[in-house]
Amino acid sequence: MMAKSYDAIIIGAGHNGLVCAAYLAKAGRKVLVLERRHLVGGAAVTEELHPGFKFSVCSYVVSLMRPQIIRDLELPKYGFDLLPLDCAFLPLPDGRSLARWNDYARTRQEISRFSKKDAEVYPEYGHVMMQMGRFSKPIIDDVPPDPTSMNPFEILKLLRLGKRFRELGEDNGIAALKLFTMSAVDFLNEWFESDVLKAPMSVSGIIGTFLGVRSPGTAYVLLHHYMGEIDGAFRSWGFCRGGNGAVSNAIAAAARHYGAEIRIEAPIARVLVKDGTAEGVVLENGEEIRARLVVSSLDPNRTFLRLVGKEHLDPEFATSIERFKLRGSSGKVNLALDRVPEFTCRPGDGPHLRGDIAICPSVDYLERAYDEAKYGDFSSRPYLNVVIPSLSDPSVAPPGKHVMSIFVQYAPYKLKEGPAAWPQKRDAFGDAVIDTLAEYCPTLKESILYRQVLSPWDLEQQFGLTEGNIFHGELSLEQLLFMRPVAKWARYRTPIRSLWICGSGSHPGGGVMGAPGQIAAREILKAGAV
Amino acid sequence: MVLAVRRPKQAKGSLRMPIPTPFHPRTSALCTSYRWKQWAGYYAVCSYEMNHEREYFAFRHAAGLLDVSPLYKYDVGGRDAAAFLSRVMARDVRKLKVGQVGYCCWCNEEGHVLDDGTVTRLDDTRVRVTAAEPALAWLDRNRRGFDVALEDVSERIATLALQGPNSREILKQVCGADVERLKFFRATATKLDGLAAVVTRTGYTGDLGYEVWVARDDALALWDALVAAGKPYGLEPAGLDALDVTRVEAGFILNGVDYFGARDCVIPSQKSTPYEIGLGGTVHLDRDPFVGQEALKREVARGSEWAFVGLEIKWDEMERLYDSFGLPPHLPATAWRTAVPVYANGKQVGQATSGTWSPLLKRNLALASLRTPHAKLGTPLEIEHTIEYQRRTLPATVVEKPFFDPERKRA
Repeated sequence: MMAKSYDAIIIGAGHNGLVCAAYLAKAGRKVLVLERRHLVGGAAVTEELHPGFKFSVCSYVVSLMRPQIIRDLELPKYGFDLLPLDCAFLPLPDGRSLARWNDYARTRQEISRFSKKDAEVYPEYGHVMMQMGRFSKPIIDDVPPDPTSMNPFEILKLLRLGKRFRELGEDNGIAALKLFTMSAVDFLNEWFESDVLKAPMSVSGIIGTFLGVRSPGTAYVLLHHYMGEIDGAFRSWGFCRGGNGAVSNAIAAAARHYGAEIRIEAPIARVLVKDGTAEGVVLENGEEIRARLVVSSLDPNRTFLRLVGKEHLDPEFATSIERFKLRGSSGKVNLALDRVPEFTCRPGDGPHLRGDIAICPSVDYLERAYDEAKYGDFSSRPYLNVVIPSLSDPSVAPPGKHVMSIFVQYAPYKLKEGPAAWPQKRDAFGDAVIDTLAEYCPTLKESILYRQVLSPWDLEQQFGLTEGNIFHGELSLEQLLFMRPVAKWARYRTPIRSLWICGSGSHPGGGVMGAPGQIAAREILKAGAV
Repeated sequence: MVLAVRRPKQAKGSLRMPIPTPFHPRTSALCTSYRWKQWAGYYAVCSYEMNHEREYFAFRHAAGLLDVSPLYKYDVGGRDAAAFLSRVMARDVRKLKVGQVGYCCWCNEEGHVLDDGTVTRLDDTRVRVTAAEPALAWLDRNRRGFDVALEDVSERIATLALQGPNSREILKQVCGADVERLKFFRATATKLDGLAAVVTRTGYTGDLGYEVWVARDDALALWDALVAAGKPYGLEPAGLDALDVTRVEAGFILNGVDYFGARDCVIPSQKSTPYEIGLGGTVHLDRDPFVGQEALKREVARGSEWAFVGLEIKWDEMERLYDSFGLPPHLPATAWRTAVPVYANGKQVGQATSGTWSPLLKRNLALASLRTPHAKLGTPLEIEHTIEYQRRTLPATVVEKPFFDPERKRA
């Protein structure tokens, strides 16, 4: 038999592919990472779109990055440097505003202006969510236990989980069950009375999901965002110095340090499959590279339906992959600004601009935004999550100038005219976003030096996110844990021998977290696959 | 020449944090040390001078004036006010007469203390509650079925504590005779230098003392009146550092230091029942139902696992320990509140949660949570003590508390 040159080929140099590569290389395996684009990072990239302005083009904050990955791969040595976001700012159309800070006394004063009771309940809620985060932590740091399995190890794992669940206590246990079943708004209604608080809090339940804040099942995603952990503190977010590309670059540098090889501008045409076994890949230029193992960090749809091909798949498996819900619902607008944006409700520069700024004045506003999307239009008044990283990290813009990143929801991939209509609608979509923000920030338009509008269709074209889904598949309960991406294949293995997956479409899901890449590498090594 | 002090430009709509209390124009002018801390989101003076000693001795020998406006204050109104509070508090508030103040704690269903504070029956239909932590949402959640109105008056009312042996004389200069006759833990509505005020004979120093409650807008007039009247009697503005020494001498617990409100606890062992933190005397157990009653009844039947005691650390032993290092005995300059383990025969039986050297009593004192079998008066124990980066223990004995309890406090 011919000697294989690599132990493993990793498809895609997104942060998960790089994490997986780094761990495999660290364990002494010969690893090759292949990236289609001219730079590594996938959806965690920094690009200088306009001279002097460096944008976190897609993902723009870091919270879920697993702390043990940071330690294991010694990422701070390679430029991973997190600047905390201290504020969640909500401007309102009537000139009022709400800023939530890491300092509770300050937050209490802010919330008290809308509801004294909510101000008091707020830390209680945080307390309960913190407990849930603690409960979930071992779940996101390991292979999901499978309740349908009769394997004694699985049963043991479930029992351990059950014990942890019991330790949550009765009240927290009930809250956990509610989280798994309720809508974000219903769940928050049990705690809070003020719409001004509930609107920005419920939004975490719909990020990257084609559901509304009143849709059942969205409460779970609240938790997904509460699992964020920096330096041991749950519920904290940060900017990576140099943009989110610096996260990927740090992981890539660590991977190279351990001996991994990374090739950019090396698009893959297909995975070489022979008799149900992956033997390597074929690049678009016809080059064949063989390896004992192929690990894909792309989304399941792209991995199986495009790179492997249905002819190699069991029809039932192929159908489940087809059914796996992607349906991207969000877009991104990136702006280069010639000044600090000024909000009417809190004029001037200030710490309130150094966190994330949410445009979602009420629960009804969010639900209305979803209504339009349900029938194939982008929201005329969308939910916006705005950050200005250059205020905290001056290295990403020229002095006195700023980069603004705007996450936008809803922008349905499937417009009623079809996804291909996006190039014609892109500018109108961008205008709707700018018009919405300008209502709160009147000088915005005149301060724009450059704008980039990314629809879900653009996210698919440029970043290979099928249907523009930022999480490689919705974070809805039926697509999570032992069912991500599909039941029976939630452990990074695939029906194709020697083909594994390690992207956000596998457990525990999306976000700049690195967990899928890390757990996949661990499972690959444990199985002795290379 | 008038110097205009311009405040830094603040974005409109922002909240300045910490918040100045209504007395801030006076306290900030006097606080030459710039030693402040945040108390419930407000600026609070630690000590006006770099050292709190003068302020401490003012409390003990003359009178100290302390801004306690950051306290949370709630007015419960309506004909059910006392009945409602009896339902949510461990104390039967209905037993308090109009004009009487009661020290209370309130628990959750498991009998774990949420917070402690005072309850004042202002009149037949109005009761004022003070608390260390916000309590509005919790009171509101429990008021179903009671005809009461709840009002958070924390920001509307400014409060000064006037504490010390001369406090009565000072108050007499500005108030009517009714205040002179005011008994311990009683309240009266009065005129203070023309200002409408409520005066309660309460405080956190364990001495003769009063707290004066006025409308926010009258704060500065109140301060000026008390300072003017107090000058000849040795009145000094005092900060929280001096207060902390006096409250340990008085044996008073502090939420967040000596125990933790159940809502702030992550694990059950961090929670406490009233009996475990020395508040058993404020619990009226055998009566109609109140929140936590069942659990507390079970605890009484079973016996409490923990007790809250006073400890005295032996001076001679401490001196010997320091001497063995070639050092003179060293005492911390302020009261301490970093919990340290307490041992009985080498085995940990609890923790001392705060303590102080009492300059007045010349005793080294601590407050401690101990497992009940080790909490009897006179029990010999050891308390951890770090000297020259080495952890040692010092002998300590369970002693009577309050450590400081002058007759004038009640007289």
